[in-house]
Amino acid sequence: MRVEGKGLIDRSRRVTFTFDDRRMTGYAGDTLASALLANDVRLVGRSFKYHRPRGILTAGSEEPNALMTIGTGAQAEPNQRATTQELFDGLVAQSQNRWPSLARDVLSVNDLISPFLGAGFYYKTFMWPRSFWEKLYEPFIRRAAGLGALNGRNNPDHYERAFAFCDVLVIGAGPTGLMAALTAARAGADVILADEDSRMGGRLLAETGEVDGKPGHLWAEEVLAELAALPNVRLMPRTTVTGAYDQGTYGALERVGQHRPREPHLPLECFWRIAAKRAILCAGALERPIAFPNNDRPGIMAAGAVRAYLNRWGVAPGRAVTIFGNNDDAHRTAQDLAAAGVKVAALIDSRTGIEVKADYPVLTGGRVVATSGRLGLARITVQHGGGTRTIATDCLAMSGGWNPTVHLTCHMNGRPEWREDIASFVPKPGAIPGLVAAGACNGTFSTAGCLAEGARVAAETLADLGMSATKADLPRAEDGAYAIEPLWHIPGKGRKWLDFQNDVHVKDIKLAVQENFRSVEHMKRYTTQGMATDQGKNSNVAALAVLADVSGRGIPETGTTTFRPPYVPVSIAAMGAQAQGKGFAPQRFTTSHAASVERGAPMIEAGLWYRPSYFPRPGERTWKEACDREVKMVRSAVGICDVSTLGKIDIQGPDAAAFLDFVYANTFSTLPVGKVRYGLMLREDGHVMDDGTTARLGETHYVMTTTTAAAGPVMRHLEFVAQVLRPDLDVQMISVTEQWAQFSVVGPRARAVLNGVLDTPIDDTSFPYMGCGAVSVSGVAGRLFRISFSGEHAYEVAVPARYGESLYRLLLAQAEVLGGGPYGMEALNVMRIEKGFITHAEIHGRTTAFDIGMDRMVSQKKDCIGQAASRRPGLLEEGREQLVGLKPLQPASRITAGAHLFDEGAATKRQNDKGYVTSVCWSPTLDSHIALGFVANGRARLGEKIRAVDHLRGVDTTCEIVNPVFFDPEGGRLRG
Amino acid sequence: MRITCPICGERDRREFYYGGNAVLADRPARDAGEAAWDAYIHLRDNPAGTSRELWQHEVGCGAWMVVERDTVTHAVHGATLAPGAAR
Amino acid sequence: MAKLIALTPCAGLLPVTEGSVTLTEIEMDRMASIAPFAGKAAAVGKALKKVGLGWPAPGTSITGKGAEAAWFATGKALVIDADVPDLAGLAAVTDQTDGWAAVRIEGAGTLDVLARLLPVDLRALAEGGCVRTVVGHMQAHVTKAGPEAFRILVFRSMARTLVHELGEAMAGVAARG
Repeated sequence: MRVEGKGLIDRSRRVTFTFDDRRMTGYAGDTLASALLANDVRLVGRSFKYHRPRGILTAGSEEPNALMTIGTGAQAEPNQRATTQELFDGLVAQSQNRWPSLARDVLSVNDLISPFLGAGFYYKTFMWPRSFWEKLYEPFIRRAAGLGALNGRNNPDHYERAFAFCDVLVIGAGPTGLMAALTAARAGADVILADEDSRMGGRLLAETGEVDGKPGHLWAEEVLAELAALPNVRLMPRTTVTGAYDQGTYGALERVGQHRPREPHLPLECFWRIAAKRAILCAGALERPIAFPNNDRPGIMAAGAVRAYLNRWGVAPGRAVTIFGNNDDAHRTAQDLAAAGVKVAALIDSRTGIEVKADYPVLTGGRVVATSGRLGLARITVQHGGGTRTIATDCLAMSGGWNPTVHLTCHMNGRPEWREDIASFVPKPGAIPGLVAAGACNGTFSTAGCLAEGARVAAETLADLGMSATKADLPRAEDGAYAIEPLWHIPGKGRKWLDFQNDVHVKDIKLAVQENFRSVEHMKRYTTQGMATDQGKNSNVAALAVLADVSGRGIPETGTTTFRPPYVPVSIAAMGAQAQGKGFAPQRFTTSHAASVERGAPMIEAGLWYRPSYFPRPGERTWKEACDREVKMVRSAVGICDVSTLGKIDIQGPDAAAFLDFVYANTFSTLPVGKVRYGLMLREDGHVMDDGTTARLGETHYVMTTTTAAAGPVMRHLEFVAQVLRPDLDVQMISVTEQWAQFSVVGPRARAVLNGVLDTPIDDTSFPYMGCGAVSVSGVAGRLFRISFSGEHAYEVAVPARYGESLYRLLLAQAEVLGGGPYGMEALNVMRIEKGFITHAEIHGRTTAFDIGMDRMVSQKKDCIGQAASRRPGLLEEGREQLVGLKPLQPASRITAGAHLFDEGAATKRQNDKGYVTSVCWSPTLDSHIALGFVANGRARLGEKIRAVDHLRGVDTTCEIVNPVFFDPEGGRLRG
Repeated sequence: MRITCPICGERDRREFYYGGNAVLADRPARDAGEAAWDAYIHLRDNPAGTSRELWQHEVGCGAWMVVERDTVTHAVHGATLAPGAAR
Repeated sequence: MAKLIALTPCAGLLPVTEGSVTLTEIEMDRMASIAPFAGKAAAVGKALKKVGLGWPAPGTSITGKGAEAAWFATGKALVIDADVPDLAGLAAVTDQTDGWAAVRIEGAGTLDVLARLLPVDLRALAEGGCVRTVVGHMQAHVTKAGPEAFRILVFRSMARTLVHELGEAMAGVAARG
């Protein structure tokens, strides 16, 4: 019910929305919750397990009950809290966890059988038979219990991530936060003020007390106007600081688009990482309920929330309101309601010996012992003065006291400390380096106290940063004491609910203790207390008070569960913003990309790069047909392939040669200028790291090639060696992978193609096998390397990348005239397997130079990375698996990569494993399947038979163990 | 987590690459013997407290450095450039 | 003989404007990395001074006569749009002209756009100041080029991702209005 003359809503702007398909109206400034209450909607959801009717409990992000699915279709978002969802025109809200409707929910039968469904029920019941779990029990439980459901469709919404930096991060913009921010901002500090509400001011918006002689919300507005005008202040409303991390890093979730209709490009949420030199936590406090019998009926609310709905949104959540509390603060709710003309049916205070003057009935020393009303509160029964009485009421405002919002201070393992006088936990000072708690979250509850503490803590923080606060008078405000007498639960018939979201009641905690789950962490897991979206914000302290009571310990000894980030639910989409789909990693494109795509080449990912798989011709139906043709084309004529993705590192310096001798297993100081050499790079543990060719361009100038995959790690490794291990060597290096577009020109007609683009023709004398040097490529200064990864007469020609596409097209045109053309990764792979060349399929991190038959390359004349370890006996022994070729006895029989090798006649079990297959292909050159693999003592077994068995793919092929170089072992074609 | 690079100042952890314990900087001589090489390659302390580690400001200035930090509190005490980092 | 045609890294991708922010390609004329050998930094600095530049301190750049020497990494600088003096025996000089995609982003709100992608506080940067960091997941060199303008270099092959990611961030910031 709306109350005339109250609230900060804009009554000139009506807003239309629907709830469970019912059209309703509210005002600009409403939350969904305040609008529902204004429309007299009390039943808003069903509980997790028993499907109990539930109403709005709070007015903030701690809300456990009023969870809604907002929006429709693919944009529907489940489990949104009605209490933080701002109202906008066209908002569509649906209640959750009910069927067929909220009022008639079939699974509310769970509540009738609830005596059998207590804590631990699922653990105990759905144990046997084990096979039933996945197919029967889990789907059933998931259906019966739960919150909102995901819509199962691709999320079309936009999300953002962003970074922010400041001197002082003020978390929360209530009286403490505003005062702290103002103090820091006036001193010139770089300030971020973040608050999760759409409107800053905190409790000042929900209370009637004055600050500086004016209504609190007006004072807040003035402060905010001053802050907004300062260039060193950034105001971040709708932003919940969700986590505190190392070195002053804070996570924060900003709701950007959820309070208005969807717009293209407008992000729904933005996840901020804020690096703050200092932080002041002004997160306020959360009111806790009291566990009296059947305290969960719709209409039973937190007293502070009732006051907030009245004062901020002009809504009376009931027509005859009762208030039940154990502290002074609850009285304000009664006062404000009465002053606004709302009927206060009774104020019940559990404490005795207090005096209250009021125009409404006041029952001191009273307790609520029963409630009734099926889908909403109708009556309560109060024990008072030795008797009981029944009071008709449709809204009960309860207050068990206030819990400082200490959560963020616990994110780095800090445990809060118990304060007896306020019967609550307060932050442990210093729990988060650089963060200080102030105001209500620090246990200071009066407005004047909060203002003073905000100013004081800000001044101390400034001093810590070497700045000084300008002296300013504190505004006047109420400075009432907060008197409380702990009241955790009230005995009586019926369940006394603690965790409204997870259906945990007092008896569940008792059961946990009875079954010896006495530790607070065990109790939590056993009962589910404090789980799900609200993480026990309303209930944890009361639950552990009950646990303490039942287990005969004090509350401080019982301790709290661990509060972890995030403070409020954060969608994975927000944390993963910019990383959806292809945004996950950069895409790297070669200069020949467009030309390859034009020719219909399917592009495959090689690391971050995209490379052509094959180049289909008309009439070719499979990739294999194209691949076979490309192999034959290269071996008989000429093929062109972009090899720019291989890492290229420019290495210069007086000690460049010595440096290479140290990082490579073999020697490069002896390499003549103008020559290229294959290099093998080891890790310090003696295993192979990478391989490639390195060319000597000058006496002190080399260019190293790495594999595509290892380009980054090798660069990092070289820097490590130069900076950490060998600072004595005078050498400099830089990546030139991207500077040069490099193409391999391969096949018997390779030289003819090259001579079509080079300004000065080459021959075998000017460019012998493994020669390199500068060339002029159609007027452009380039480089030429005579190297081969296919066994053919081959070159790699490089030009500055700007000319890459042009040169690629030119080379293709030249090649096509000579019966050649482009080839892709499939053909490249076939040709290197035919030639027995290794890739990271073979040098996979567990193979040594010995294993791949290159141990003689590990020079013993000098020290190098990996040399000492490579001589360990275990890395040289005969039984090691050694690189071999495998050729099926029947050429058409398939071998698969990953197949394991067994001797003929041996059972195919792990104990008999003789090795494994690493690379396979169909060789059109040999008309046979062929493979590379590792066989124990393989080099001594050439000519023997072995079975390649792949149970997963149903392959069992008998092969001959052969030399890994299948094709042209003498290398005559290379020198061509 | 944030690390103060001696060259670039305080930066987000994502700019750095973790390169293992700082003992990796003390490479044994090639003939130091099996025990020394075994210790260098394989044996590491696992301190609850101060740990000295090699990090590279990989996407920043590229410098390798020794970072001293606390494995319990996660406090970063400081970073010192590797001997050849400022060449 | 055919002539090779040059293409810029962002050919066909730029310019892009969203709201008040504009992204354009910078066409690199010449760019080389300079890395002095041991004990030769001073001599390299002297040689660069002779062409109106100098050795830039970390995080800074020196401009003169339309050319620029920008700090690039530990022990490395970029010399942009200038003939590199003969530094034989003094420093490793490596052509980087074609290795990088270079863009300029400018206009009101540029800092907000870059805050979506760069984990560094660019507000603190003076004009001509530069940082090595990441744009999203891409290694980058970023220079403050004007009051609300920055130059960003990333690997040439990542030009399309750079333009896409900056474009998305620009659209998101513009949509906030």
